[in-house]
Amino acid sequence: MQNLDDLITAAESAFAAIHDPNVLEQEKARYLGKSGQITEWLKGLAKLPPEERKSAGAAINRAKAAVEAALTARREALKEAALNMRLAEEALDVTLPGRGEAQGGLHPVTRTLERIETLFRSIGFTVADGPEIEEDFFNFTALNTPEDHPARSMHDTFYLLDENGKVAENVLLRTHTSPIQARYMQAHVAKYKDCETMPEIRIIAPGRVYRVDSDATHSPMFHQVEGLWVGETVSFADLKGVIADFLRRFFETDDLKVRFRPSFFPFTEPSAEIDVAFMKGALEGRWLEIAGCGMVHPNVLKHAGIDAEKYTGFAFGFGPDRLTMLRYGVNDLRLFFEGDLRFLRQFV
Amino acid sequence: MQFSESWLRTFVNPALSSEALSDHLTMAGLEVEAMERVAPAFSHVVVAEIVSLAKHPDADRLNVCQVRVDDGVLRQIVCGAPNATAGMKVPCALPGAELPGGFRIEATRLRGVESGGMLCSAKELGIAEDASGLLPLSADAPVGENIRRYLDLDDRLFTLKLTPNRADCLSLSGIAREVAALAETPVTFPACVPVPVSSAARRAVRLEAPAACPRYCGRIVEGVDAQAPTPEWLRRRLERSGIRSISALVDVSNYVLLELGQPLHVFDNACLSGAVRARMARAGEKLELLNEQTVALTEDVLVIADDANVLAMAGVMGGAASGVTLATRDIFIESAFFSPRAIAGRARRYNFSSDASHRYERGVDFANTRQALERATQLVLEICGGKAGEITEASSAADLPLRSPVRLRPRRIARVLGMSFREAEITSFLNRLQLPFTRESTDFWVTPPSFRFDLEIEEDLIEEIARVHGYENLPAPEPTGKLAMLASSEDVRPEAIVRRQLADRGFQEVINFAFVEETWEADFAANSAPIRLANPIASPLAVMRSTLIGGLVANLATNLNRKQGRVRLFELGRCFTRASGHYVQPWRLAALAYGTAAPETWSGASRKVDFFDLKGDLETLLAPAVLSFAPLQHPALHPGRAASVSREGREIGWIGELHPKWTQKYDLPAAPVLFEIDLEAATAARLPAYAEVSRFQPASRDLAVVVDQKTTLEAVLAVMRAAAPTLVSDLQLFDLYQGAGIPAGKKSLAFRIVMQDTARTLLDVDMDEVVAQILSHLTEKLGAQRRA
Repeated sequence: MQNLDDLITAAESAFAAIHDPNVLEQEKARYLGKSGQITEWLKGLAKLPPEERKSAGAAINRAKAAVEAALTARREALKEAALNMRLAEEALDVTLPGRGEAQGGLHPVTRTLERIETLFRSIGFTVADGPEIEEDFFNFTALNTPEDHPARSMHDTFYLLDENGKVAENVLLRTHTSPIQARYMQAHVAKYKDCETMPEIRIIAPGRVYRVDSDATHSPMFHQVEGLWVGETVSFADLKGVIADFLRRFFETDDLKVRFRPSFFPFTEPSAEIDVAFMKGALEGRWLEIAGCGMVHPNVLKHAGIDAEKYTGFAFGFGPDRLTMLRYGVNDLRLFFEGDLRFLRQFV
Repeated sequence: MQFSESWLRTFVNPALSSEALSDHLTMAGLEVEAMERVAPAFSHVVVAEIVSLAKHPDADRLNVCQVRVDDGVLRQIVCGAPNATAGMKVPCALPGAELPGGFRIEATRLRGVESGGMLCSAKELGIAEDASGLLPLSADAPVGENIRRYLDLDDRLFTLKLTPNRADCLSLSGIAREVAALAETPVTFPACVPVPVSSAARRAVRLEAPAACPRYCGRIVEGVDAQAPTPEWLRRRLERSGIRSISALVDVSNYVLLELGQPLHVFDNACLSGAVRARMARAGEKLELLNEQTVALTEDVLVIADDANVLAMAGVMGGAASGVTLATRDIFIESAFFSPRAIAGRARRYNFSSDASHRYERGVDFANTRQALERATQLVLEICGGKAGEITEASSAADLPLRSPVRLRPRRIARVLGMSFREAEITSFLNRLQLPFTRESTDFWVTPPSFRFDLEIEEDLIEEIARVHGYENLPAPEPTGKLAMLASSEDVRPEAIVRRQLADRGFQEVINFAFVEETWEADFAANSAPIRLANPIASPLAVMRSTLIGGLVANLATNLNRKQGRVRLFELGRCFTRASGHYVQPWRLAALAYGTAAPETWSGASRKVDFFDLKGDLETLLAPAVLSFAPLQHPALHPGRAASVSREGREIGWIGELHPKWTQKYDLPAAPVLFEIDLEAATAARLPAYAEVSRFQPASRDLAVVVDQKTTLEAVLAVMRAAAPTLVSDLQLFDLYQGAGIPAGKKSLAFRIVMQDTARTLLDVDMDEVVAQILSHLTEKLGAQRRA
């Protein structure tokens, strides 16, 4: 049986030398084909004496199985090699950039406004809106600023021309978002006029406002966020608490000093201006004026039909442009309104 | 309001540093906007007298001066100043002095001559720009005295940013009163002792509009020397308050204005005839003011007049004809109270303002009218000499401001401030503020003093309590309130989501001004009558926008100039139009796309963005709402590439390619595509409603038809929808072809007709029948042929 072992060895090494699957199949015929060597061995069985046939047959079948196994193994190996070759050919430069639409982004002031909304929503404030071409009444009179009040000169107001080219009466571009509080309170009172108790008012009102002013730190159009909380127990202390809480959340730091200083607005009494000072960073230690606020003036509540004896409230007005500048380190207000993608894309 | 700290400290001198004083004022609501030193630091500079001088032997321009700085010892100092003369008093920097800029003075030799110091100009001391010669000091300046002390150079200038309610602090005595209250320090006011009357000259005064002028005082001073020099101390105080010295008489009136807050006016008595009266102007009257402006007066302007002429705009500005000059001998000094309402806005109407009107429209102490006049007379007599006549006064008590007591309830204080105060504390605060009060049970009845015009209601007093206590000492608890959830409707999606979707499709948000160039309105909206501003800051910002695209096109141009090749922008903003007398100001949403359809990549050629790219963006943005589009003529857009956009039958905006003429006019290399819609249409949403999903598989048949090139897809689909039975669930265009095999002027449209029956599986015959039915309608209505 020495020959059978040789045959297996020969087949194994023949298969191993082959790299082409077609050649492998031809080589297979040399062993297992109709006139292959194993087949010839089987044919030779008949010539053996019957007592040898059984053991010879078994040996041939073992050799056949071994050759078949070698063949299968080689087939698999070649398949594997072919796959590996294909995979290697298909390999990508994974460092090439991806395809598809680039990401756009929000305006930085929008980011700020959304943060402000989110923070105030979390303590139950909803968002209110109002017209930008506003009535003189809501911009001034309803806010306790009658005609010829010196406070009117604090606002350099844009007026409009009517169809005949004359200065339109009773309208202007709103100089602040405070008219929204006047409008909202009026609507709120009307909505609950038949109810025994009026629910609290808790709103913020972001928007664009206009003043005749233009230089490096003033833009003729800019943003404000008005806030208003009217209820039966709302006090100046609450105002201080809410604002301090907001500023720490907005700037995500406790390293922040907040101070309230007496000021004057016709529509609040007592009134305050709010300054912040950061305890580190480029602006460390400097007091920065950031908002005006105060307790809603009783005349404003009365204008809206609210009993000023029963209800008190506070109002505040922030400059989101300023907040955005402080938050992201922007040093020129005008960048916000120039539409320069090189600037805007930094906030994507 | 600018003032000198050392002047203030003559009234009230708390033991506070300048910085602490500044902080007190700011934290009490008198914001210190600036605090600056009148002179930079320097040392060893004293008052010196040039005793004699001689030419320097070796230098034409230099003098060798013999200078006395203290007890008799003469110093030799070489000096090049052209104004050096013998007998002159000047500042002298002694050896060892350090001048501003770190400049050290030592004894030295100048061209061979010993020089023991330096005589100084104002500039060398850093107190003025004048470098033309030595700073001349007054003849009585004490030799040897430290110049910083002599010229009060350690003084600081405070600038207050006063709010309009605090007119009482528009004077030194007002600020002093406030400091005294805050720092609990005694205050002394200048004595306003009546001067002895030594002239019989008097001029009658009359109130002819007592509501506007309830009190008027005047007096004649005869024989004044209008050319008398203003004393150094007075001039310095004026200058350190930002007021230029003009002449002694004018300076005195400005000084009293600053000191007491009472505006005065000095007339040349020789120019007056008869009684001086305060009356309303008559229509047609004109007046030339001291600022040389001639104003046409109206009947609501209060004037001062005599028997013959209008003399002055009361409380605003005097007239040129009756003002004092250096030749004036006899003067008539006015000190009056004009009602804030009579003065408010008048100066602004004529486009100017004055120190007087600024104070009168905010409120001047009406109890001080006479004292201020006495004070002014006293100063005039001191400086200019003369004989004072008696004061003539006209008052209408009924028209003077009412000072009704205001109730202050401790419980209300606690309610408004969120902090309780003891009655003793309240009492102390009121006393410090010089607010007189009476008690009624636990309440206080506070009578506002004549100098406060901002204390009318209880809240005003509460603010005073808070101010004196210190806002910073009020608590700041975390907010507490009723917890109720906020409404959250699925009928509306937040704007934030709309913005984010656009950002996710590559658009960058911009914010543009709402006022735009008038030509943008004409070009992009054919709007020849835009809403114009009455007072635009510049002509490119003259009209209100009725469309957002002007701004986006300008942004595009800006960015192309900055080498940005692919630009995708959006803006949310209000637009403004007029409709039958009122203003319509809807929120609109606009987007612009320019450049390649997708960002350029390494993987092959890119295509330019076109109408259908942006249309896809818009459809996706508003999905699941189905939009319909129809050809549109729009002034901004290419007439063949523009469509109106409708949602549920309502037109919500438009989309299209910029008209080539605007592309050219606005210097764009190629046309951007744009859309603009009502923001409301983008935020409208609907509550999803479940419909049963069919158990049967959908099936489909394809149908290609050839129609006229001009036939719109929408027209074809309309016919197909009308012809399709309910089992057709969808009609999808999957191919559009023109060219070989299709006759000229025709196009081929291939549709996938998706069918589904909820009750059974469809058979081939059913589907063939549907296709045939649709085709026959298309043939009949549109002349369509089935494409082979």
